[in-house]
Amino acid sequence: MDIVVCVKQTFDTEAKISLAEGDLRSDGSEPIMNPYDEYAVEAAIRLKEASGGQITVVTVGPEKAQDVLRTALAMGADEAVWVDEETSFGSERLVSEALAAVIRRRGSFDLVLAGNQAVDDGSGQVAVRTAELLGIAHIGAATGLSVTGTRLTAQRDADGDVEVLEGELPLLVTAQQGLNEPRYPSLIGIRKAAKKPIERVTLEDLGVASAGAQLEIADVALAPGKAAGVILQGDTPQRVQELVAALRDTHKLL
Amino acid sequence: MARSILVVADMRGDEVRQVTFETVGAARQAASGGKVSVLLAGYGVAAQAERLAASGADEVLTVDHPELAGRRSELLAACVESAVRDTGAQIAMLAHSAVGRDVAPMIAARFAAPQVSDIVALALEQDRLVCRRPVYAGKAFVRVVLEGDFFVVTVRPNNLPKPDAGPFAPAAVRALAVQLPGARLELREVLQKTSSGVDLTEADVVVAGGRGVKSADGFKPLYELAEALGGAVGASRGACDAGYCDYALQIGQTGKVVTPDLYIACGISGAIQHLAGMSNAKVIVAINKDPEAPIFNVADYGIVGDLFEVVPALTAHVKALRQGSAGEIR
Repeated sequence: MDIVVCVKQTFDTEAKISLAEGDLRSDGSEPIMNPYDEYAVEAAIRLKEASGGQITVVTVGPEKAQDVLRTALAMGADEAVWVDEETSFGSERLVSEALAAVIRRRGSFDLVLAGNQAVDDGSGQVAVRTAELLGIAHIGAATGLSVTGTRLTAQRDADGDVEVLEGELPLLVTAQQGLNEPRYPSLIGIRKAAKKPIERVTLEDLGVASAGAQLEIADVALAPGKAAGVILQGDTPQRVQELVAALRDTHKLL
Repeated sequence: MARSILVVADMRGDEVRQVTFETVGAARQAASGGKVSVLLAGYGVAAQAERLAASGADEVLTVDHPELAGRRSELLAACVESAVRDTGAQIAMLAHSAVGRDVAPMIAARFAAPQVSDIVALALEQDRLVCRRPVYAGKAFVRVVLEGDFFVVTVRPNNLPKPDAGPFAPAAVRALAVQLPGARLELREVLQKTSSGVDLTEADVVVAGGRGVKSADGFKPLYELAEALGGAVGASRGACDAGYCDYALQIGQTGKVVTPDLYIACGISGAIQHLAGMSNAKVIVAINKDPEAPIFNVADYGIVGDLFEVVPALTAHVKALRQGSAGEIR
């Protein structure tokens, strides 16, 4: 099976975010592979372990973004393609066009996997747009996945319900938490990955025009800090009474 | 500048969700006198079409077909695409729900249009439409300008202002003819996990439990409090992982995002992933044994103590209050 996995480098979810000259920065910590994309890479490796095949990982980002390709290679992916393009909030259309172009260029593929959203912009568009551009159906937020021959079955999270969907390959599936437990790259894997080539391509190589594909961002702001709350004191009946009074009188909630 | 806006009704079972009415309300403002159309695609939708016709929209388009029962994103996308062409809408607005997350990017891609996902506010600023949306798991917000021929927007429930109750002149209801495509995906089974009670993402009050609840039985007092408050019960990932409750209740970056008026966190430590799902609640109450728990950093009111003592006391108090002043209950 020929599998393509789309991955993105994001800030570490534990990192502290600050604002400098109108731009968001995450302080101190190293960027990571988007956690939902890790589930996608792991799913690809398990499918390959079960029935053979070839795994290509693709990312769009700056030079540093190659780190996530190395991680995926170390986990067990075979090939990597880096689209050398800085992205920002609102470049979903551009990124999906680049990914679709990379995938189309391969000629044939059976399955495209990606995270169901990236933890940085949380917009959840790129994978679905890519499926549309490729003319294939997608299954979003999969928590279970199996392939028998050319038939794919997935469980997916639909607002808390679980839906079981089935379709013929090629398909695109996005990964939700619960799909699997991603492995850590082994030392041998890391050593092997260091020697594997990463193919660099540009939007120009792919014939993707960057103009007009960007949202207009008016401004960026940190979430308003909350005033320190009140820790209620006294015994339980006193504290409960005080809480109820505040909810009723100050907030008009009860 | 008048704008034509299409709102796609979001369903929970056979009912149109509240987020759709919130979206119609916001669309009326944003349209600046332009036409607001609502698309209702489903099976047996006549009664719901009537509700929408009284919501302040100018017209309701219906697609009624047995194949549209249940969440069928591929088929719904075909209906939305037809409705966009039919109405000439400049903005298509969907809910940021399982269906909206599937369908909105399909429409955006088909029209090579930008999409703004998961908006929490929509405002007219000198005739420019500006959306606000969270990024970095709610640690920051960006404001996006909607300027162009066609946009797709998804809306987070419980964030846009409560819609004007009307009464409004009834909207025209008309059937939209749509050629449904052959579905490439087959829906084999739906395992219903969500309870029939209050919709978690639309609840005004959420009582949520974490690892501190200690067992499935431990959730009982939380359900009692939620019932007294007319709210819904949620949970942290920790409580779901420990098997105390179903993942359908999970609140956080991976689970549901909730924005209730009142959020009561019981035995939840407050990991960043959990905060991403609830930190915009209007009033947050935290009950936890550990005074160092990070949940207290975002709480308006904190009680350091045993939730099994505090929660039942709170329930009793709320019940007494409601019985004592029945006339004042909202």
